[in-house]
Amino acid sequence: MKYELVIGLETHVELSTESKIFCSCGGHSSPKEANDCVCPACSGMPGMLPIMNKKVVELAVTAGLMLNCNINRYTTFDKKNYYYPDLPCAYQITQLNHPICTDGCVTIKTGAGARDIRIKQIHMEEDAGKLVHGGKFSFVDFNRTSVPLIEIVTQPDFRSAEEVVTYLNKLKSMFRSGGISECEEGAMRCDVNISVRPEGSEEFGVRTEIKNMSSFEAIDRAIRYEAQRHMDALEFETEELVQETRRFDDASGKTFAMRNKETEADYRYFPDANLMPIIIDDEWLEQIKANKPEAVDEKAEEYREAGISDKEIDMLISNHKISKLLDDTIALGCDAKDTAAWILTDCAGILRKEGRALSELDITPEKLSAVIKMVDGGKINRNAGKKILIAVIVEGADPVEYCKEMGLDRKVDSSAIDSVIDKVITENAQAVEDYKNGKLKAIQALFGACMKELRGAGDPSVIKELLENKLK
Amino acid sequence: MKYYATKLSDNGTVAVDDTILVKGIEATAGSRILEGFKPLFSAQAVVRLEKEGYEIAGKTHVGEFGLDLVGEFSHYSEKENKLYGAAAELVAKGEVKAALGVDMNGATRRAAAISGVSFLKPTYGTVSRYGVISCAASGEQIGVYAKNAEGIKEIMDVISGHDEKDGTSLKKDSYDYSISEVSGKKVCIIKELLEKADDETKARINAFAEGLRLAGAKVEEISLDIFDNANTAWQILMTAETCNNVSRYDGVKYGHRAKQYRNIDELYVNSRTEGFNFLTKAVILYGSDVLSKNRYKDCYSKSLKVRRVIAESYEKLMESYDAVLTPVCSKTAYEKYDIKDAFGKVYEESVFTAVANLIGVPAIVSGGVQLMGKAFGESTLLSLANSVERQGE
Repeated sequence: MKYELVIGLETHVELSTESKIFCSCGGHSSPKEANDCVCPACSGMPGMLPIMNKKVVELAVTAGLMLNCNINRYTTFDKKNYYYPDLPCAYQITQLNHPICTDGCVTIKTGAGARDIRIKQIHMEEDAGKLVHGGKFSFVDFNRTSVPLIEIVTQPDFRSAEEVVTYLNKLKSMFRSGGISECEEGAMRCDVNISVRPEGSEEFGVRTEIKNMSSFEAIDRAIRYEAQRHMDALEFETEELVQETRRFDDASGKTFAMRNKETEADYRYFPDANLMPIIIDDEWLEQIKANKPEAVDEKAEEYREAGISDKEIDMLISNHKISKLLDDTIALGCDAKDTAAWILTDCAGILRKEGRALSELDITPEKLSAVIKMVDGGKINRNAGKKILIAVIVEGADPVEYCKEMGLDRKVDSSAIDSVIDKVITENAQAVEDYKNGKLKAIQALFGACMKELRGAGDPSVIKELLENKLK
Repeated sequence: MKYYATKLSDNGTVAVDDTILVKGIEATAGSRILEGFKPLFSAQAVVRLEKEGYEIAGKTHVGEFGLDLVGEFSHYSEKENKLYGAAAELVAKGEVKAALGVDMNGATRRAAAISGVSFLKPTYGTVSRYGVISCAASGEQIGVYAKNAEGIKEIMDVISGHDEKDGTSLKKDSYDYSISEVSGKKVCIIKELLEKADDETKARINAFAEGLRLAGAKVEEISLDIFDNANTAWQILMTAETCNNVSRYDGVKYGHRAKQYRNIDELYVNSRTEGFNFLTKAVILYGSDVLSKNRYKDCYSKSLKVRRVIAESYEKLMESYDAVLTPVCSKTAYEKYDIKDAFGKVYEESVFTAVANLIGVPAIVSGGVQLMGKAFGESTLLSLANSVERQGE
């Protein structure tokens, strides 16, 4: 029988704020040592009250706008009760009844085509701390307690592991460029809800949830493993599927059921009386909309349609300066895919040799487009173009003048090439001898000598062909 | 010494209940679970008093987390046969001018009534809860014990007002606590509540009503059947919120930790078993029951609805009256009793006090009776209390 995979996702994303969600302690990534980013509020001391960080609301709304959600103008917090030493108050402040965003949608494209993934809701919550186990003792680190998170919950709309990973990559590039989260390792964590049903069936199969995974690669493997487990159970009755929570073991590549105790808890959710409902009025919403960065999602789509690879898009989207250089250069009449390669391969390579990062690239779109156009127009070859680019980036040279000065745009007819080749052959008798004796590599030295003689002018492929013919 | 958990100064004029933090001074809320806990900051109300030159006399004993009748079940104090509250007694004896207490389930108001001093539980949101060892966040407020309404006014002028460290603090800088004439004011007595009190208490109510009439106010008896429901709703909300707020006392971070445990579950269970008294445990069990999946809709959720409905009927009543005159306790003195009966006793007695916590309206205790008012109607309550207090001088 053919089976269909049904997956829903809950994704926790750490927000890039300067302070925690309910106190003024520094937000994520600021602490250096255990418990050096902690105050009476985020360590659960009596007498302290949570005070809402406005920036968290704004970032959550921005995320909601990017994912085409309804922004709920009235939003409240609830307490989720459970005991664990890394949770200092023994409850987590989260949103259950009135989440900040609901009913969104995001389009993803995979080999199987484009597909809309519905977003059920986005809510705000605080993170828990960390336990460090060492010998006889366990230690508690509260640096991460109350770091702001948003949780994005989808409808069960995914049909493959590939779709899930594509969606997660999309979220990552959107949130990075939107200043919502750096999404570095561990800052994005997923719970995957998965079930399998016979193709064409409308009913859902038995659902299992794989908790707390942060690597996309592990998520991909976990889904594939779990899907196979479900299908085997249905097809060959290898086991009886039960609704349960599982964890993925990276080493064995398998999922395992978690103890019931951890999964059947009653969290006793109820409203947090210390936090008044948040009202998002028109003025505030308009302000957030105005500050929202341009829709990078559409940008990425535009790049993808121009034939730019996903890896390149990732680099471009996460660097506003570079994507702007690309856009401006395209606007001057250059080809998108070609220009992306010039920036991300050639310019990046030149800077790397200088020990600098791509973000330090200092070239005007006018200069870049001048180089690209000289090459595309056949005025110079690509190697010559690269030479000019080095001079432009390192010395700030003017591409057109530099080209003239160095004679890189010399018109070279085949008779001129002929005479250069003849000269090289006479001057390098040994190499010619070697080549004729079967050491084919020797041609490289001859070719190099020709190029040097021509000072970069002429089409390398033509030169190579002529050289080979002469040596026959 | 028996009144103080920690005595701070012989010249102090204001005592502070042990449910309110003073920087560096052990704060236990009367519970063994917080043994040795020293806060890193003072409550906003204490900061404001000290800024205005009031010296804190000391931290006064409270019943564990303020859950009992008047303060009888503190881990740290032994009481004689008659029950009273430490802060109220200090004010009654004239050892301090005033005291701060947290009104959460009526213990402070009952203590004031028993000791014959005045106490104001202000409108919710007017005094910062920053630095209160919180139990029932949605209804608790710092209130003031003093000899009379004038003494309360003096302290309220200092401690009230917006505090950005408390998200439930109202964005108003000052409130009206002025005392003026009361002629023409209308006060009602609730028949249903009067019936729940003993003869001595009824006599007090009648005498107070006479006093008000003498001052020119109109007093009449009416029937309004909201108080039992208000009490049940508040006990559900209060136990749920308390259960949640004391769950942070787990033996891991500060306070009491059991000596014997083999794993984290035993550390929790043993520390909390040893740390909480019988009444707190009853409240925790009741509270976690009403929040459980099966009961939430019928208990907690329904109580929130009841809160709204009662707020509406109370507001309607207040269109015709300026204040409600009721008993504070069913009797004029409490006798010693077993802690195992505490939950039921407190429940019964809270029928007089709960509505003010439930819907956040102000209530003043004076001459052993209670006047409840409109939200922000403290000036009227202080004036009414003052008009009768003056007659006794």
